[in-house]
Amino acid sequence: MVLKGKAWKFGDNVSTDHIAPGRYFHLRTNLPELAKHVLEDANPDFASRMQTGDFIVAGRNFGLGSSREHAPRIIRLAGAGAVLAQSFARIFFRNSINVGLPVLELDTSGIRQGDKLEVDLDGGVVKNTSTGKTTAFQPLPPVMVKILADGGIVEHFKKYGDFNLG
Amino acid sequence: MASTLSEKIIASHVGREVRPGEIVVTAVDVAALQDGTGPLALMQLEELNLVRAYNPARTVLFIDHAAPSPRKELSNAHISLRRFAAETGAVLSEINEGVCHQRLVESFASPGDILIGADSHSCTSGALAAFATGMGSTDVAIGIATGRTWLKVPETLRVVLKGGFSPGVFAKDLMLHLIGEIGSDGATYMALEFTGPLAAEMTMAERFTLANMAVEAGAKTGLFAADETTQKFLSAQGRAGDYRSLDPDEGAGYARTFEIDASALEPVVSAPHTVDNTQTVSEAAGKKVDQVFIGTCTNGRIEDLRIAGGVLKGRRRHPQTRLIITPASRSVYLQAAREGLLEAFVEAGATVTGPGCGACVGVHGGVLGDGEVCVATQNRNFKGRMGNPEAFIYLASPATAAATAVKGEIADPREFM
Ligand code: SF4
Repeated sequence: MVLKGKAWKFGDNVSTDHIAPGRYFHLRTNLPELAKHVLEDANPDFASRMQTGDFIVAGRNFGLGSSREHAPRIIRLAGAGAVLAQSFARIFFRNSINVGLPVLELDTSGIRQGDKLEVDLDGGVVKNTSTGKTTAFQPLPPVMVKILADGGIVEHFKKYGDFNLG
Repeated sequence: MASTLSEKIIASHVGREVRPGEIVVTAVDVAALQDGTGPLALMQLEELNLVRAYNPARTVLFIDHAAPSPRKELSNAHISLRRFAAETGAVLSEINEGVCHQRLVESFASPGDILIGADSHSCTSGALAAFATGMGSTDVAIGIATGRTWLKVPETLRVVLKGGFSPGVFAKDLMLHLIGEIGSDGATYMALEFTGPLAAEMTMAERFTLANMAVEAGAKTGLFAADETTQKFLSAQGRAGDYRSLDPDEGAGYARTFEIDASALEPVVSAPHTVDNTQTVSEAAGKKVDQVFIGTCTNGRIEDLRIAGGVLKGRRRHPQTRLIITPASRSVYLQAAREGLLEAFVEAGATVTGPGCGACVGVHGGVLGDGEVCVATQNRNFKGRMGNPEAFIYLASPATAAATAVKGEIADPREFM
């Protein structure tokens, strides 16, 4: 599958408090409303101006902080195609796979705000059509490929009635 | 083969030796949800047609982040947790009982357990030699319903603690220092194992503070061996039968070893907006502070309140600095009352609240104003953490926080000892 969209650049250490701020704690049972505030504390324009399919492109340790699964869920709900980062925090990474959000580790330093990207999920490369540069991303661990291919852990469970990760 | 604490615990659950990097499906001993992550977990169980708790006596639902509820959406979320507990027999920890991690170590987690919690600081229970880790709502939901989860066996970063604390320097300072040294992603995907002569001497309260913040270095969990100190703690909770000794094997394989000599440490703060942005208190001293918050799963225990009391007794907060003190649990609250600490705090001008997360996560009870500066004893100072992205949070020990409340600016606790 090839995903296409524009890059939205963020820095290092974008936390789950940036993505799903604590002051909207009461919206955690209302994800469409919460999604209107996605990444608000990192870039207040992002939620209103991003278009479906756009990519979040960040530096190191994206998603550090709390275990709130709401963070990757609202990124997905807002319509982002994938998150591309130098590295991810552990719980965020696992939650993303569970909710079916592609999270890709690669050298993002050459990608600029607004660059047009093509992400080839199966081929394992990101093509920056604005610069012509192609970058390979780290393959996901096989267990995560399986969960992502099933559409997340809930769909995986519905399909097999149990863990089937072997 | 020789194993680390994590490898040993996971191996005992899957019935064979395990090595870092392996994926295992394992039994779960304790599963926990809180009021921020719980409602989504319960929705997932409904979606899966799995509204049940495999092990209800060790499935715990905590109402702690918004306790008591400040608004109707959260009151309704609480109703969903209460209903699930009533239907499945899972344990409900009500608004009077306190922060999930403190309650888990008091009453639920034991050495050798695998604990999963839909809260990132679930690693706190690692201080009791449990493999305790934070996961998202859906992972914990599945753990609750099936009694199992999947895990990648982590590599272990060994932290060797030596020397002793100088007066005014505490476990919190040591942990902030460690995170400052290795970075907020310095232990990503790894387990931290705290060892060495100082780890063996540490009180449980000190161990909880360290294990609590393992995730702030990106770690999956942070463990201590289970020893006599662990045994005494469990006995004092009326849980002597839950004790078993647990040590890493001699010659276990570590990805890295990091040494800290506590004797060389000074009081430390983490400056806004990341935990690894550490400075010594002497570097930060003099910064005007609007609010001081003492509490949370990191530093809201009775030992922490005693330390704060040592500074605050007979003194007053600075007139321009608000002081909020929140005991981590009901038993801490009661003990503080018995020892006269609550009275001393109120006399010093503090607002003492009931147990819970309180101001930590920005839901209620201490939300900061634009441009305001707070010194807090919690574990995180991210932008927006205490409810306002225009505010600035410094993390510190209870002693530094109390000294700051008195002086109205970031202050060295040694001035008050
Ligand atoms: S006290 Fe703070 S860090 Fe601890 S569980 Fe509550 S909100 Fe989370």
